Amino acid sequence: MKIEFVLNNKSQIIEVDPARRLLDILREDFGLTGVKEGCGEGECGACVVLMDGKAVNSCLVPAGNIVGKSIVTLESFKKTERYKMIESCFLEAGSVQCGFCTPGIVMATESLLNENPNPTEKEIKEGLSGNLCRCTGYNMIFKGIHLAAKRGKGLW
Amino acid sequence: MRESISKPIQRVDGSAKISGEAKYIGDMHFENMLFAKTLRSSRVKAKIKSIIKPELPEGYFIVDKDDVPGVNRMRTVVSDHPLFAEDNVEYIGQPILLVVGPERETIYDIITHISIVYDDLEPLYTLEEAEVKSSVFTDYHYDKGEPDKAFAVAVTIIEDEYHTGYQEHVYLEPQGMAAEYRDDTMFVYGSMQCPFYAEGALTEALGWDAKRIRVIQTVTGGAFGGKEEFPSLTACQVAVAALKTKRPVTLIYDRDEDIICSTKRHPSIVRYKAALNQNNDVIALDVDVLLDAGAYNGLSPVVLQRAIFSVTGVYNYLHLKVRGRNFMTNNVPSGAYRGFGAPQTIFGTEMLMHNIALKIGVDPLDYKMRHMLRRGDPTCTGGKIRDIVKLPEIITRVTEMSDYRNKVQNNVKYKGIGASLFLHGCGFTGNGEQTIQGKIILKKSGENVILKVSSTEMGQGAETVLRKIVAYSLDLPIEKVLCEAADTGLVPDSGPTVASRTTMIVGGLLRQACLELKEHWDEAEEFEVSRSYKHPDFLNWDNDTFQGDAYPVYSWGANVAEVEIDPVTYEINVKKISAVYDVGMPIDETTLRGQMQGGIVQGVGWATIEVMTTDKGKLIQKNLTDYKVPTSMDIPKIDCEFVSNPYEFGPFGAKCAGELPFVGAPPAVAAAVSNALNVPIYSIPMTPEDLMEMDSHEN
Repeated sequence: MKIEFVLNNKSQIIEVDPARRLLDILREDFGLTGVKEGCGEGECGACVVLMDGKAVNSCLVPAGNIVGKSIVTLESFKKTERYKMIESCFLEAGSVQCGFCTPGIVMATESLLNENPNPTEKEIKEGLSGNLCRCTGYNMIFKGIHLAAKRGKGLW
Repeated sequence: MRESISKPIQRVDGSAKISGEAKYIGDMHFENMLFAKTLRSSRVKAKIKSIIKPELPEGYFIVDKDDVPGVNRMRTVVSDHPLFAEDNVEYIGQPILLVVGPERETIYDIITHISIVYDDLEPLYTLEEAEVKSSVFTDYHYDKGEPDKAFAVAVTIIEDEYHTGYQEHVYLEPQGMAAEYRDDTMFVYGSMQCPFYAEGALTEALGWDAKRIRVIQTVTGGAFGGKEEFPSLTACQVAVAALKTKRPVTLIYDRDEDIICSTKRHPSIVRYKAALNQNNDVIALDVDVLLDAGAYNGLSPVVLQRAIFSVTGVYNYLHLKVRGRNFMTNNVPSGAYRGFGAPQTIFGTEMLMHNIALKIGVDPLDYKMRHMLRRGDPTCTGGKIRDIVKLPEIITRVTEMSDYRNKVQNNVKYKGIGASLFLHGCGFTGNGEQTIQGKIILKKSGENVILKVSSTEMGQGAETVLRKIVAYSLDLPIEKVLCEAADTGLVPDSGPTVASRTTMIVGGLLRQACLELKEHWDEAEEFEVSRSYKHPDFLNWDNDTFQGDAYPVYSWGANVAEVEIDPVTYEINVKKISAVYDVGMPIDETTLRGQMQGGIVQGVGWATIEVMTTDKGKLIQKNLTDYKVPTSMDIPKIDCEFVSNPYEFGPFGAKCAGELPFVGAPPAVAAAVSNALNVPIYSIPMTPEDLMEMDSHEN
């Protein structure tokens, strides 16, 4: 079926099986490999992208559900000031180890701070509850997000 | 004068990972690439009578045992795992063949049309059954002192048995490998810890000289031991497929497949007999360690060695009788996992000491402190504790941080606090370092220095730490110190990236080479210096009798865990872990803290929610919906500090670090749960069902 949607601020029309996963469309058809597949069942959050500004697991979104939607991946988000703030705070706080969960966590962070620019520790934990990280034990990711919220006042 | 090396710098690989630009194996594309998918055994143990294959569409291939030009075995400590099944299958998920071709849907379709006729055989499902049937792969023994005499004069003898379960690594990036045959050379790319392990395995599988093989590590999304030996299997499989098809072949697992077939932490049973004197102190231990190795032994013998050499924990028992056995069952093979056998026996010994203390009515921490090793004491294998043991200082600090003394006396039901003491032997067990003789090269190139090592960055921060050691040794900015790719064609074999050995051993060699490089710095624009590992003369080890220094030095620690247990659901809420470690000197405090925090959380997971069991050879938890790992909502507050205790032979005084936090957290959490419910704990993971049952008995 023919599907029209916006990908990283550009209109796209693609011919695709409506059951095809958004994850595969992004990685395979558009080469956006910043989107990672960690589990394929919505448990790990490595494939998080923004759909109309909200964080979604792209492995659970069939192509049929993106009609008319705006999808933003890290490849476009990384050009923003908000991204630069997240990156520098993650680097300082030691929020990254193996990095495989990181793109999804960056997108989840954007979604969280967009809704709530001053999250409490509890709200940060809830905001990240859909993203698994096996390396860091999370505390240093919370610290990175907390730093970004504090230093990035006015960006969100 | 430069600032302390412990002061954190930014990770050298951080930006590429945060921006999503880092290329993992699944992100790589090869010209004319084919995909592969594995057809696996659906039987626990069976004879393969026949394989009925459909007619293949053009461009599709089946790759199996008959395509292996060399030896159809994965080379490791015991090379017993077939690359592709031969006459028999020994576990559910054992690889039988690959279907290879250009379209994944077609590959899946072919796989569903292959039928295998099996003749089922009698399997061994559990460790207990394997023991009854004496299905033993490896049987080790060692003694210390005169255990029989000590037991004969004992005032009290206490017997206990401790159990630990499976653990799945859940590295966020599943296993993945690709091979490309060109220029008469096999190039193998993938997610792995040990490129030279894979190279060695490929020489056997292909029957080729190592000169025609290049193994190149791609950015690796977590490993924790799960990418130590297992990638050797997939490396050989894709290489055989690339040779047959003459096209690049890529094999990427999805999560479910990864969980079903990849190695796990060995389930264990550890049985103790403790001989107590009139003061209720332990004078002798008789320990029997049983590990479920699964269907193939692989590197389990070395895991068993670390398990039995860690069995005394931080304590000085005068007399010891130790037996360790790996059992063959028809379960998925167990393998390397952070801690490598030590977490199982340290858990048992810590809980044994805790439970004896409860029986005799003494505070568990005080009771443990009566038995602690000191400098000059013999180790369990008759080696020597050469360095100062800072446990007293560590314990003072961790009890202050957690207010342990006050809280343990005033505990209320369902709230608990507990402590663990632990150590980890640094580097390879026994004569491992002597056998491997890790080598490194440092190259001066104009203003830059290039370090060539096979140690891999897998998230733990190895590249940052090794570059930092060189930068500080040569007084260069970190940007001038570059790291060659972990490519067996470009770097020497520094040994595998395992056993918490990278910073101490490989970093130590780099530091030595830096001193030589510095001396000759002005003599040429471009030159290389190299170093190979030399075992210090004062260390002795006999691998036949297991006598001597099993490890050159130890890292130490203490944890205090605080828990709350829901009185209705019996779920454990780990509120806080206070942790103090002696890892010599931190090379980079942020990187080190990341290791400690991550290790603690994995340990808490293993002790609590990470339940993995089998039913008649079949894993019950086979995806991330069934198998729970800690999420951001499940984790404790962690307070972590370090005491400085520089090791003379470590770079800038550093010892081992990566596995230590994993070893310490589970017994601390179990001790806290014991304190909360006023019951002894003998088994992890501690499920709500078990706790509810224990509590109802208690009432």
